[in-house]
Amino acid sequence: MGSGSVPSRFAGVDFYQIDSLLTEEERAIRDTVRSWVDDNLMPVIGQCYVEGRFPKQLIPGLAELGVLGANLPEEYGCAGLGNVAYGLIMQELERGDSGIRSFASVQGALVMYPIYAFGSEEQKKKWLPRLARGEDIGCFGLTEPDFGSNPSGMITTARETGDGWVLNGTKMWITNGSQATMAVVWAKTGDVNDAKSIRGFVVPTDAKGFTGKDQKGKLSLRASDTAELHLEDVHLPKDAILPKSGGIKSPLSCLTQARYGISWGAIGAAMACYDEAARYSKNRVMFGKPIGGTQIQQVRLADMLTEITKAQLLSLQLGRMKEAGTMTPQQVSMAKRNNVNMACECAREARRLLGANGILAEYHSMRHMANLESVYTYEGTHDMHSLILGQEITGLAAY
Amino acid sequence: MKIAVCLKRVPDTTTKIVVAGDGKSIDETGVKFVPNPYDEYAIEAAIAFKEKAGAGETVVYSLGADVAQETMRTALAMGIDRGVLLQSPGSPDGFEVAKALATEIGTGGFDLVLFGKMAVDDYNHQVGIMVAELLELPCISAVSALTIDGSAVTAEREVEGGVEVVTCQLPVVITADKGINTPRLPSLKGIMAAKKKPLELKPVTLGPGGVTVTALALPPERQAGKIVGEGPDAVPALVQLLRNEAKVI
Ligand SMILES: Cc1cc2nc3c(=O)[nH]c(=O)nc-3n(C[C@H](O)[C@H](O)[C@H](O)COP(=O)(O)OP(=O)(O)OC[C@H]3O[C@@H](n4cnc5c(N)ncnc54)[C@H](O)[C@@H]3O)c2cc1C
Repeated sequence: MGSGSVPSRFAGVDFYQIDSLLTEEERAIRDTVRSWVDDNLMPVIGQCYVEGRFPKQLIPGLAELGVLGANLPEEYGCAGLGNVAYGLIMQELERGDSGIRSFASVQGALVMYPIYAFGSEEQKKKWLPRLARGEDIGCFGLTEPDFGSNPSGMITTARETGDGWVLNGTKMWITNGSQATMAVVWAKTGDVNDAKSIRGFVVPTDAKGFTGKDQKGKLSLRASDTAELHLEDVHLPKDAILPKSGGIKSPLSCLTQARYGISWGAIGAAMACYDEAARYSKNRVMFGKPIGGTQIQQVRLADMLTEITKAQLLSLQLGRMKEAGTMTPQQVSMAKRNNVNMACECAREARRLLGANGILAEYHSMRHMANLESVYTYEGTHDMHSLILGQEITGLAAY
Repeated sequence: MKIAVCLKRVPDTTTKIVVAGDGKSIDETGVKFVPNPYDEYAIEAAIAFKEKAGAGETVVYSLGADVAQETMRTALAMGIDRGVLLQSPGSPDGFEVAKALATEIGTGGFDLVLFGKMAVDDYNHQVGIMVAELLELPCISAVSALTIDGSAVTAEREVEGGVEVVTCQLPVVITADKGINTPRLPSLKGIMAAKKKPLELKPVTLGPGGVTVTALALPPERQAGKIVGEGPDAVPALVQLLRNEAKVI
């Protein structure tokens, strides 16, 4: 969608020479994904969003580029990248749209990662290369209608039979749920009060008794597929269980991977909004001068740039800690909480700076603003991350 | 098939150019450098022809400062097999650059030598053609479509108002125009693999050359547009301005 004021190539935001802290490969990877987004996603995203449609046709291209599960090892058909490079990929995808980043987060961090971390060698060999090539699309079923922020309360069950497992339950808000060919579903193998009995299962979505129903009426993340999954007496073979999974900490460790990527993704969305607002402020003339020459708009822009720069440093250091193996889930909570909130603020301020044009799909800020409300809520709500940090500080759980 | 492709590191055309204090070069601080876009067509052609042939070697050559290695690794990431950097600050005289490249490429026994038709930094359109001359090879310049069948080369060139079709036999020097192909993006695995591909550094000294750059200036700032009105009512005022102010009708 041409808006005249938006250039066809995105130049990024780097006020603190943060590029100098990246390796040559990291920069090359970032720039490559950036070009891919410029050429493939930007021309279609506005329309996909308005029509409430995930741009499915882009999956083969994303796979060919090597984006899916990019930080998992090459022996399973993945790109074997470091975690900063992986974060930069998420940033660039979300600069386009949170929906496409959500797709990549789910496929990589919530589907491929649990198979990699908790799966048998056979499961890894069977699924990871296919998922990396985009031949299978995965989804991650943890949340239930009555268990959102408190997933360990889940009531989906897996009962062992003579020759396998039988799953029953309902999962809500499942990204990729309608188009997935396979699902990683979390269920209790023991009593519904026994959170330790939570295990992960690989469920082909064509299994008898499995249905995915599109979530209608979303006003956010409209270019993403969100669905409700029903499992009614779904029979699975013995080897459907992820053997090394056990307890709520297994799905939570997947969320840590995804949240890490989201902390970077949010920076991308914020950069897109800042870039659009800065450009617009210089071109839009009101009262005989560009609105960028007024103090109010300059405060907006200065705040955005400052917050983006802080977020960049936060995620970069988080990434270096992840690469060194010292990153803690609480540190990830801080980055997810800060960066997503920061991006929500940037998107809203950018939208306002754009005046009436700011409400159009032709521009990007309002789409990001609406998307980021989902990102604020999923992968642990902003509030829950406050409580995780609160517990870290005081030693007292408030949830 | 053995294919050489030449690549120049140039400022990104979307970055804002600032003239340096000497008034005849660009200030490189904060400027992003990229492979010359026309050379990307040449790189894509090199990789595609090797893929089609099923065997052979592709080598990327660049003449420039050590930082050009990063640019060359883009070519390696896209799929070129190895690189040779002729280390030199360069010269405003394309002939000096051509001599250094020809000396190096001449010993390689290449079937095909590819260039971009020009570099977007100096717009000289010279080096590829001069290398062909120095190597005593035929040259087809500004090629917008290229097929190779055995050793028979067919190239299309966009000439004023039409298309010219040219044929010749390998070996040949080709300079690529847009339209010839769509350069691929490197895959993320390709970027990682590029680190491990050979990139040889060879210092070269260029001759003094016959031309010097004496001044570099930015084009005059574009003036803001003017909206004279909307709909049919605005036509007379527009015509009047186009005739008397812009003097274009
Ligand atoms: C677009 C989208 C995609 C999603 N994709 C997936 C997916 O792929 N897989 C998946 O499993 N889930 C997915 N989710 C679900 C998401 O993770 C949950 O929505 C999230 O965990 C919040 O749960 P909830 O919506 O039930 O809110 P609730 O838990 O009901 O929370 C409601 C409000 O109460 C607050 N709150 C809750 N508990 C406390 C407390 N103890 N103290 C103070 N405040 C509290 C919350 O912060 C929030 O403001 C997705 C959600 C969305 C919107």
